[in-house]
Amino acid sequence: MAEAQATARVGLDGVVALCGLCLLAAAPPVLEHLQADYLLPTLTRMLAYGLAAAALDLVLGYGGLVSFGHGAFLGTGAYVAGALLQHASRGTPVLAWPIMVPGSTEALVILPAAAAVAGILAFLIGAISLRTRGVHFIMITLAFAQLVYFLVLAVPEYGGTDGLMLSARWRLAGLPVRGDAPRYWIALVLLVLFLLAARRAMEARYGLALRGARQNERRLLALGYPVYAIRLLAFTASGACTGLAGALLADVAMFVSPDLLSWQRSGELIIMVVLGGQGTLIGPVVGAFTLLALEEELSALTEHWMLVLGPILLLCVLLFRRGIWGQVIGAAYPG
Amino acid sequence: MLRTPGEPVLEARGLTRRFGSLVAVSEVSLDLLPGECHAVIGPNGAGKSTLIGLIAGELVPDAGTVLLGGEDVGRLDPAARARRGLGRTFQIAELCLEFSVRRNVLLAVQPRFAGPFHFLRRAERLSQLAAHVDAALVSAGLIDRADLPAATLSHGERRQLELAVVLASRPRVLLLDEPAAGLGPSETEALANRLAALKGRFAMLLVEHDMDTVFRLADRITVLAEGRVIASGLPEDIRADRTVREAYLGEMVDA
Ligand SMILES: Nc1ncnc2c1ncn2[C@@H]1O[C@H](COP(=O)(O)OP(=O)(O)O)[C@@H](O)[C@H]1O
Ligand SMILES: [Mg+2]
Repeated sequence: MAEAQATARVGLDGVVALCGLCLLAAAPPVLEHLQADYLLPTLTRMLAYGLAAAALDLVLGYGGLVSFGHGAFLGTGAYVAGALLQHASRGTPVLAWPIMVPGSTEALVILPAAAAVAGILAFLIGAISLRTRGVHFIMITLAFAQLVYFLVLAVPEYGGTDGLMLSARWRLAGLPVRGDAPRYWIALVLLVLFLLAARRAMEARYGLALRGARQNERRLLALGYPVYAIRLLAFTASGACTGLAGALLADVAMFVSPDLLSWQRSGELIIMVVLGGQGTLIGPVVGAFTLLALEEELSALTEHWMLVLGPILLLCVLLFRRGIWGQVIGAAYPG
Repeated sequence: MLRTPGEPVLEARGLTRRFGSLVAVSEVSLDLLPGECHAVIGPNGAGKSTLIGLIAGELVPDAGTVLLGGEDVGRLDPAARARRGLGRTFQIAELCLEFSVRRNVLLAVQPRFAGPFHFLRRAERLSQLAAHVDAALVSAGLIDRADLPAATLSHGERRQLELAVVLASRPRVLLLDEPAAGLGPSETEALANRLAALKGRFAMLLVEHDMDTVFRLADRITVLAEGRVIASGLPEDIRADRTVREAYLGEMVDA
């Protein structure tokens, strides 16, 4: 009986997710037909934030660790992409010493580089932060993110508070990426690949250990699980994928804003996860789309949109305890 | 009952732990021989749970150390000690309440086959694990409940599940902190039968208030009071010991 219900639920969640994917896949031709393809960069931005929010969900929803510092990884990914593109167009190296690192306009170089640098940063921040718990963890991740923010602002070469305007865009496997649609496709493919891989990992032995440690760390330790290492891996992977999202944002905007590194951005990512439904991966993507759409719509209506958005979010979180996605598929928080 | 010969599988040496000015455990030494059931009894607040926490590595001692199979594990964390064969139940059952009963057992079986860093195959579909999980659920009498969240279990069932979880991890040494606490008479009886059936297969350190269970299972008994060992020996000697009777046993019968 319970088994049958479980399958039915999985079915519903899969069907709704597939419908969503079809809509997203149909968006470029449909928007072009409606002569509304100016919306594509906005959608690409939403996909990138969806990736960042889903990546944060690994730590927040599955790991139970409230990271208030994921803006640092988003911004780091964006600045890595920005720096590589900038130096490539100027013909200067990113780094001359101790090793020579030239600029690059190749997405197949930029994306892995952004993920790697953000991942290394996440590993270092996680290695220290994960020694703390609860509110301390929130504060220490926030503190590290602020540190990164001020460090980056102190590098005048990358625009300081003005941000970094990009004059070059990336190429894919040597071919130029023309127009908005290919950028959209790159973001969509990365998001879907991440969701599939993460979903699988969360059902595998690793995921069960990570989720078990959220529910009862004492029990997991008493069974011999290296809880710290398990969490550090989740934090690192999450940071790396958030960095990937940052690189997508840099390319689509042709601009890297230091705002990406700010604590407000870290907070927005948390809101996306909670709003959409934590511990569901797809929920945070839905949360990202919802929050960005609300921001866009409200800011067009009134300049005091922040005042309106706050109460709306509060209502959503109060009404949909399990998040929008949890409400749609009617499944409990899966643990 | 005669002691099983052999080197101790577990040895606590001079364990001391203070909380502020209170000395919760004071220079406690005891050992556990292969297959032996060693009971630790004592009034509330005697330091029994603290002693278990020290042995498991959850608490850091102010003095003393722990040897597991002859190896000094005093500096290892609880997970590393668990990987060396130490399994434990808690005074209040520690489970992953949102997971199903089956998943709780699966979490215990998993580490026997490989570390947790496996990302591809769905854990529940691994047939080599599933067989062990089902066997553990059957012998714990929880197979009917397998797909319910652990949170829906009654207090007694949670204790059963926790014991099943620990047994499924195949420890060499079992630390049981008041496994019968909060159980009714028939549940306590069932638990004692279960533990009696396991006797000899694991070395057990049993902290328990229920004296029938203790005298039925224990090969040796150590009595703690105010953090100190006040007596240690064979059950019949402990039963006969006047200081123990006055300090503890009489009191327990009334309580
Ligand atoms: N974390 C702690 N902080 C302060 N005091 C503690 C702590 N844990 C236990 N104690 C104290 O240590 C003494 C022994 O406690 P405990 O080991 O739980 O006793 P028992 O399990 O024998 O009932 C008690 O007086 C208790 O109040
Ligand atoms: Mg106790």
